[in-house]
Amino acid sequence: MIRVAVVGLGKMGLSHHAMINAHPGVKVAAVCDATGYVLDVLNKYTGVQTYTDFDAMLREVELDAIIIATPSGMHARMVKAALEKNLHVFCEKPFCLDTRDGEELTRLAEQKGLVNQVGYHYRFVGAFQEVKRLLELNAIGEVTHVLAEAYGPVVLKPKGSSWRTQRSEGGGCLYDYAAHPLNLVNWYLGAPHGVGGSVLNSVFSKDTDDEVFGTLYYDNGVSAQLSVNWSDESFRKMSTKITIFGKNGRIAADRQECQVYLRDGAQLPEGYQSGWNVRYTTDLTAPVWFYLRGEEYSAQLDYFVQCIAQKRAADNVNSFQSAMQTDRVISMMIADAERGATLRADDTAAMVAAQPKKKKSGLQFWR
Amino acid sequence: MDRLLFGDNQFFGVNHMSEEKARAQQMRFQDINAIIDVLDNAYDEGIQSFMCTTHDRIALVCDHMRKDPARYKDFKFLPCMPYAHKYANAVTEDGILGALKRFMPDEGFLNAALRGGMSLAKKDIEGIVTLLVDAEMKMFAGLNTPVIFLQNVVVDLLLGLGFKEAFRIFADHVKKRYNAEPGFITMNLPMLLDALEEQGIDNPIVCANINKIGFRMSGGFEAYEAALRNRRFRAIAMSVFASGAIPPKEAIEWVCEQPNIESIVFGASSRGNIRNTNELVQRHWPATSAAAAA
Repeated sequence: MIRVAVVGLGKMGLSHHAMINAHPGVKVAAVCDATGYVLDVLNKYTGVQTYTDFDAMLREVELDAIIIATPSGMHARMVKAALEKNLHVFCEKPFCLDTRDGEELTRLAEQKGLVNQVGYHYRFVGAFQEVKRLLELNAIGEVTHVLAEAYGPVVLKPKGSSWRTQRSEGGGCLYDYAAHPLNLVNWYLGAPHGVGGSVLNSVFSKDTDDEVFGTLYYDNGVSAQLSVNWSDESFRKMSTKITIFGKNGRIAADRQECQVYLRDGAQLPEGYQSGWNVRYTTDLTAPVWFYLRGEEYSAQLDYFVQCIAQKRAADNVNSFQSAMQTDRVISMMIADAERGATLRADDTAAMVAAQPKKKKSGLQFWR
Repeated sequence: MDRLLFGDNQFFGVNHMSEEKARAQQMRFQDINAIIDVLDNAYDEGIQSFMCTTHDRIALVCDHMRKDPARYKDFKFLPCMPYAHKYANAVTEDGILGALKRFMPDEGFLNAALRGGMSLAKKDIEGIVTLLVDAEMKMFAGLNTPVIFLQNVVVDLLLGLGFKEAFRIFADHVKKRYNAEPGFITMNLPMLLDALEEQGIDNPIVCANINKIGFRMSGGFEAYEAALRNRRFRAIAMSVFASGAIPPKEAIEWVCEQPNIESIVFGASSRGNIRNTNELVQRHWPATSAAAAA
């Protein structure tokens, strides 16, 4: 039995607690949260040992691993304390608000050979895994562009303050929503060498962003564009979509399905044909031991447990190292957005310099 | 229970296969009359039980049915509560207390506040659970609600946490106050049956995915088969078509061969599809009560 503690009983923490508690290979040894009320109710009705003091819990309870689902600003300190206690760590996303903390923690986890994972659950969605598989098979040939989108109804009017409404605490659309499609882009294309055109705009929030747009630059002209808005009521819940353009076809995927168009002459993966192919979640999703709110949430926790059981610390699809790529892009986008437009309308000199040279030989009808 | 129950996913843009289809359905059923038309179709085809979420818009359907008791005298609502998004949104917008106030039942603020407030203070979950059930049941006043379900997100959250006493509290309250049968929706049937048995809830109504390809049957296909053979409970099969992954005839044929299934819940948006499903069920599962009224 792997002994686990869950820290932070918000929306994510409570559902992690329920799923991991149902796992046959795990014993939840303690839970920790700042509000005593929820803890007292849980203790009264389920008997689980509870703590309001994180450090006391680490001192007093025998643990193998920890699930950290506290507000993002608290991740770095808690992850460090847990690693120093030689615990395997699953941490909610985003990993660290300060990339220097993230780098230090990544080194520490690797040094100690501890399993380290961040909760980017989309990497466990069947349709997004199929995209990864198709890219590795080179099904659509050389990729030229990725469009990564996420929309949903989170902030629909100006409202009171909590950590989720402060960018300084890791709140806002960029950290909360955009991190997911960014993380998928990192998975498919790797780390970009630069970003540009970043826009972090408030729709309703006073202290943070509600919509995020930007471009990620890669070598050889490859780029990705991000379009994210969490103030969009036309979506029932968060909807993330990835569209990938390649020289031999196109892939569009969301949580439910993976639509693939392959041109004649493309390298056809087994079971795929030229033209349109659609794979649904019912084909692509592996069963889980316990279902609460989507297979991917269960699957990522089981993966964490299996990595511990099989001592696979160095090999994790959502390692701190990989989550750091996303943290870095987030930091780049914040810095880029502060600069504003890179070319202003009154900078005529730059525009004239970039004008194509006019040919004197008349109009061109073709290129 | 009727053998064929009508579900409501199609009315609220829930489609496990395609977001595009889900949006098209949301557009089509934006007008409450479009929902009522389909319900009328189902009712006229002999499907008299409507298993529905306690979504705000269902209140409009309830109003419609109340206005014409003669036409809808055999119409049964099987409410599934809570509509989780409603609470999540309300709590984000108004905080926990504001949300509770918004969902107070008609018996009066003071009474409810006492029951809720005292329970909150004593960390006594019974008062809170019963208060929330009453709030959700408000819209069904005067209508026939023979079975009242707890939704799978809540059932499975409580199940995972080990908060099993809540099932007992819910069951007792539903029986006592509404003279209805408690029902439980789950994605983890084998595990839930153990928990219900532990709580002394005998022969419970449990609604779970039961389909030929094992889609969202957590605990495993074999464990479901064994549960249907050996456990004492009243099974309702949902997602029998696995969101369209199994052709209708094949899906119904298979589910009708399974032992111990009392009802099938299905969704459809057209009279043709309702009739086809009804006919398939009658053919493969003779003596359906749904057939009698058609």
